Amino acid sequence: MRKVTTIHPPAGLPWATACVLLAMATVVAAAASAQAAQAPGRVLAQQATREKSLWITSDHARHEALKQPFASGPQVTQACLSCHNQAALQFHKTIHWTWMDPSTAQSAQLGKGGLSINNFCVNIQSNEARCTSCHAGYGWKDKNFDFSDQSRVDCLVCHEHTGTYKKYPAGAGNPVSAPTLITGNGKTYLPPDYNKVAQSVSRPSRKNCGTCHFSGGGGDGVKHGDLDASLFKPNKALDVHMGLDGQNFDCVRCHSTSLHHIAGRVYATPAATERKSLIEDDLTSKITCESCHSDAPHKNHAKANDHTDRVACQTCHIPAFARVNPTKMWWDWSKAGKKKDGKPIALKDELGKPAYMTKKGEFRWARNVKPEYYWYNGSIRHVTVKDKIDPSRPVPLSEPVGTPNDPNARIFPFKVHRGKLPYDKVNKTLTIIHLFPKTKDDKAAYWKGYDWAKAIQYGMDYAGLPYSGEFDWVETSYVFPTTHMVAPRENVVACGECHTASGSRLAGITGVYMPGRDNIRWLDAIGWLAAAGALAGVLLHGLTRLFTPMLQNKDGRKEKSSC
Amino acid sequence: MLKNPVLIYLYSRYERFWHWLQSLLIIVLLITGFEVHNAYRLLGFGRAADVHNYIGLSWLIAFAFFVFWLATTGEWRQYVPTTKKMFEVIRYYSYGIFKGESHPVPKRRDAKHNPLQRLTYLALAAFLLPLQMLTGFLFWGYNNWQAWGVGFLSLKVLAVVHTMGAFAILTFLIVHIYMTTTGHKLTSHIKAMITGWEEMEDETVVEDWERARRKGSSGF
Repeated sequence: MRKVTTIHPPAGLPWATACVLLAMATVVAAAASAQAAQAPGRVLAQQATREKSLWITSDHARHEALKQPFASGPQVTQACLSCHNQAALQFHKTIHWTWMDPSTAQSAQLGKGGLSINNFCVNIQSNEARCTSCHAGYGWKDKNFDFSDQSRVDCLVCHEHTGTYKKYPAGAGNPVSAPTLITGNGKTYLPPDYNKVAQSVSRPSRKNCGTCHFSGGGGDGVKHGDLDASLFKPNKALDVHMGLDGQNFDCVRCHSTSLHHIAGRVYATPAATERKSLIEDDLTSKITCESCHSDAPHKNHAKANDHTDRVACQTCHIPAFARVNPTKMWWDWSKAGKKKDGKPIALKDELGKPAYMTKKGEFRWARNVKPEYYWYNGSIRHVTVKDKIDPSRPVPLSEPVGTPNDPNARIFPFKVHRGKLPYDKVNKTLTIIHLFPKTKDDKAAYWKGYDWAKAIQYGMDYAGLPYSGEFDWVETSYVFPTTHMVAPRENVVACGECHTASGSRLAGITGVYMPGRDNIRWLDAIGWLAAAGALAGVLLHGLTRLFTPMLQNKDGRKEKSSC
Repeated sequence: MLKNPVLIYLYSRYERFWHWLQSLLIIVLLITGFEVHNAYRLLGFGRAADVHNYIGLSWLIAFAFFVFWLATTGEWRQYVPTTKKMFEVIRYYSYGIFKGESHPVPKRRDAKHNPLQRLTYLALAAFLLPLQMLTGFLFWGYNNWQAWGVGFLSLKVLAVVHTMGAFAILTFLIVHIYMTTTGHKLTSHIKAMITGWEEMEDETVVEDWERARRKGSSGF
């Protein structure tokens, strides 16, 4: 028989329960109240960008200078300069005019107007008249263009607001003087109504910028994955700042301008060298996210704020680029030149975009593309046609600069455009191709003669560069920082998309320990083995305790009430 | 014949509260911590990390009260290690227990822990748990390392130590839960940690004031 004294209900239990609940409730309440308040970064940004109606003290329609008859763009420019007498001089110093990296020595000839190479149409030398349809100037048709001529500045392409002003695609930046049909796309280009166009001028709108920047590379979404025609009238889901149903920002709301210098250029130096917000310097440009949102934009004490030292805002807030219109991901020039029955071929892919063109080769397009991520301090390293390359592996024509040890480097999303280009087998350099025919009989132009040897020879001779005459194909890559198409916060990249061992977005990022992505195999093996061993041990022990009393009872030995 | 069981008051109200609060915190920390370590998906990485941080910080604060309690009540003496009877205890758990022998070091109010427990709990309370709290706190404060003057630390090394600690605690927890079944009855130890009163074999020498009949006075 057992005699157990009765146990009263424990006095301590309700106390303990109450205390635990209280502790838990405090934690939950703290988290909830922090959530209810708006994140400080949003409040800051709203203050910084509060809508102001554009103030302007002049109605350009009433200026006599703009009522005179105009026959060409330069005539309009001269009328503009009759009042804005410093405008062209200012503009001549900007990258929109020079197409050269302002921070690199002139001798390096870094820039699209110099000897930089991209894996789209490669280089403008000998192809000027086609490429410069996106130059904010008139008549850059060859290397003899006079960059000091003030009347050559095209004020209208950036400032006109009628939407009727169009530069002819192959007109070296000039509009047509008589209606002209392009058989290729079936569009007819009309001469502008210069008076109407000139009188409409104002601050650049999204349309002014987008006309060129959404079509870089000669078509919608060819170059940038985060800039295409879908941003003319985006919804908030596509771009939280530009969405018509959201903030409805123009480009210049963030691309702050000073003396015609527009913030945001990225070449060998960052678009912004310092990380400061408008609170720290009210005259700073608004080009970075942190200009308006600060470097602690999330709700107080949010873990996300701990990321801003090493992870760019864009990395989490732009889950994918080309979310509406497709963007070009691959361009293989080596496949160009195939014909069917002597006629050029044009094939389309399932997205309705060109998959093959005899003139240009093979393309691949994609929509809703996850970016690639690299350490990036804001600078991009570019290859020019003078640089030696290693053709045994893909050549990065441009690549982000930055290492994990660089305090200014952060993890940043990129579109990487890949493709194949011809290179000089002997000199180990890339080449300039003469693509665009100067005349109807310009057989040296690839788009006329389909002869690579002639096209490369012409391009290199034109640029005054050595060429061995032997070429082969090499794979190349070209990067674009992804910074537009910022998604609403509901659609940000979830923590677990990077902090995971399988398929992490940041699988390729080195130099940083990431919980969830990184683990040490031996440690995990030993750890789980120890836990499993403990479990097996206690199970064995328990089973032994369960069975030994039975044996003991048979032997008439000591009894045990339990186990 | 069965020996007559008696009840002795072992664990004060705060001690029991602390035990169960800490066990809850540790279990939540283990669950969320191993999710952060990518062992499985339960809350999602972000929420798991958030919960882990909040609970970890709460534990740190609560632990300070425990240290205060240890110091002011003199209960720290229960953790002073000894080798006396260590061999007997080891022999008991690996052999004697199967034969139904009595525990060589029965629990007493002023000696709740046998030599093996003393060593284990000292290692836990003085080393492993503080180490987890320290490494966890540093992990949480990663962005302030420069300001705190510990910029030389490596996140990876910290993560390794913190993960090792987690596995050690998990292993302890498994054994610890099992050991609760080795009392006078299967549930004696657990009951004691809930009510404060432990059911013991009568042969134990217990001071008169410790006897169960005085439990009405609500213990400590």
